[in-house]
Amino acid sequence: MTRHTLSVLVENKPGVLARVAALFSRRGFNIDSLAVGPTEHDDVSRMTIVVNVAELPLEQVTKQLNKLVNVIKIVELDPAQSVQRELTLIKVRADTETRSNVLELVQLFRARCVDVATDAVTIEVTGTPDKLDAFIKVLEPFGIKELVQSGMVAIGRGARSITDRSLRALDRSA
Amino acid sequence: MTEEMTGAQALVRALEQVGVDTVFGIPGGAILPAYDPLYDSTKVRHVLVRHEQGAGHAAEGYAQATGKVGVCMATSGPGATNLVTAIADAYMDSVPIVAITGQVAAPLIGTDAFQEADISGITMPITKHNFLVTDAADIPRTIAEAFHIAATGRPGPVLVDIAKDALQAKTAFSWPPIMRLPGYRPVTRPHSKQIREAARLMAEARRPVLYVGGGVHKAHASAELLQLAELTGIPVVTTLMAKGTFPDSHDLNLGMPGMHGTVAAVGALQRSDLLIALGTRFDDRVTGRLDTFAPHAKIIHADIDPAEISKNRHADVPIVGDCREVLNDLINAVKHEQAEGRSGDYTAWWAVLNGYRKTYPLGYDAPEDGSLAPQYVVERLSALVGPDAYYVAGVGQHQMWAAQFIGYENPGTFINSGGAGTMGFAVPAAMGAKMGAPDATVWAIDGDGCFQMTNQELATCALEGVPIKVAVINNGNLGMVRQWQTLFYNERYSNTDLQSPRRIPDFVKLAEAYGCVGLRCERPEDVDATIRKAMEINDVPVVIDFVVHKDAMVWPMVAAGTSNDEIKFARDMAPVWDNEEES
Repeated sequence: MTRHTLSVLVENKPGVLARVAALFSRRGFNIDSLAVGPTEHDDVSRMTIVVNVAELPLEQVTKQLNKLVNVIKIVELDPAQSVQRELTLIKVRADTETRSNVLELVQLFRARCVDVATDAVTIEVTGTPDKLDAFIKVLEPFGIKELVQSGMVAIGRGARSITDRSLRALDRSA
Repeated sequence: MTEEMTGAQALVRALEQVGVDTVFGIPGGAILPAYDPLYDSTKVRHVLVRHEQGAGHAAEGYAQATGKVGVCMATSGPGATNLVTAIADAYMDSVPIVAITGQVAAPLIGTDAFQEADISGITMPITKHNFLVTDAADIPRTIAEAFHIAATGRPGPVLVDIAKDALQAKTAFSWPPIMRLPGYRPVTRPHSKQIREAARLMAEARRPVLYVGGGVHKAHASAELLQLAELTGIPVVTTLMAKGTFPDSHDLNLGMPGMHGTVAAVGALQRSDLLIALGTRFDDRVTGRLDTFAPHAKIIHADIDPAEISKNRHADVPIVGDCREVLNDLINAVKHEQAEGRSGDYTAWWAVLNGYRKTYPLGYDAPEDGSLAPQYVVERLSALVGPDAYYVAGVGQHQMWAAQFIGYENPGTFINSGGAGTMGFAVPAAMGAKMGAPDATVWAIDGDGCFQMTNQELATCALEGVPIKVAVINNGNLGMVRQWQTLFYNERYSNTDLQSPRRIPDFVKLAEAYGCVGLRCERPEDVDATIRKAMEINDVPVVIDFVVHKDAMVWPMVAAGTSNDEIKFARDMAPVWDNEEES
């Protein structure tokens, strides 16, 4: 079992997320992480799906996803050839005694402090899952009050775009 | 040219434009606006069924007899949910149907309104695609897209759910609409490199088998299959969904593989060194225990659905494409190989297979008490009615006997519920088939359990002038389940006895109550006369209650979850596989 990152271009229509999610559950695959958002094209949304499966089931997932009429294109992004990021917001205990220590870690991890209260700070941090795990680990001793994390988003390195060709096809059919 | 009309009128016009001539359905609140313009249509005949499941199966039967898209219609909520079984059935057997359902008005969606059900959500995993339409302007385009998706690529059911207010609203109708399906591009052209590789393997193989599934008939490729088989001399097995795709009488045909397949077909797959799998999906009913299936065989797998290839069994040569194009290309590639002096020699292989055929033919024992053997009834039907009729079966023992003992010569003449195994399929599907092919004789071969699930459509048949014939193979039991209880549950017959000796219901009287002719046959010597009598009646539907022995079992059998190598041709009787080391 290995983690695979799939970029899935889908039509921006109601119910598409439900179709994708239902397909994963029906075929017995687990989604580790899921992020959905708009793209540079109004009619197209992009899902980044991280799945933890072996090679053969991955092929089956991809083929089944491709059969969904609203799915336009699927690309697997190699971690070495792509930029992969998650965003985490962490509310951590920080009073006058500990605040400077917390802020020092924020600096070290190139995170940002987005809200300060008398006994807590809220930190925004982006990065790879490894970096976020490490950051959370060093904050734990201070007391994490609340944590929320986005799904992973990813984009290929270099000049090529995965949307170019498929969106041209979309323009033709529109 | 654009015309102002209601969404409901646009729906009916769109149906007319895509060539619909028959719709099976039942009206109700949310779909009611559509039924008003439907009342005026001279091109679309609406058949008022007695249960929406019947509408769905009728659409399936119609689709399979005509090759067109079948259409069923229902209202929101329970009307739509009653279609679910038929939609799931069509999905499993890749039958092109479009189901049109009414939905509560858009502002009410999500409020648990009267007769509201999220039918597009419910049918998401059992449709090829579905739509929820809330804007009248979208109706024509959605109908065009639905029919296109249902009929092309791997066929399947598509549901169009239309909100009542969209049916009532005014819209501008123009035809043809522009379809917007950027993510739908079925591949039909096979890759030439894969075809050449397949032809090369076929020439090299010593023990090849053409493993033919329903996709070959769906691609209208029976003639091409015959050509390839005769060109190469490779033996053919036809799955349940492919009965008739290759003539049963042809010397190259080893019969049906699978759980109740012939010893020759199952043995051929198990000993093969090359399976040429065409339009088939390595279903568990064919493979038996997967890790022991055809252990020595390389696999050439051609299917129009890429997701089927290597799903259950790894394909050494994967070919994505329409079976007709695949077969045409294969024929050319094989001819090329043969011209180069490379053709397979399967003489030794045929010696083995002919041995299986001779030693283990299909057969059955007549009951010792002189009562009627169900297999005999089916055998006589085949002999008297012949291969030009359509035969429609549900699921269970009667279905397997219909697969085994009817001689099919023509593609598409066996219509049954294969993948889903839906009880109650036969009567409404036969009705749909008969409406699609009014000049053909259509026999439903049904079990008494199946028959009682949907026989109310006999009323529809009688009223609409659809003279189907129904042979009820009445053993008074849920026969296939009882067979499993006999074999695997120590003959503990929990809830499989339908108590038919008490004649509740009396099928002859039931048939008469529905305006049909009812006949009964209880003795072997009356079988021919009864069938002949039914064949003479062509103005009303006929039901024959064949009262048969309850202990008859379907053989051969590969028990569920076991290896095909464990096939029994009768109870506790395993074939002796000689030539084990032959290669």
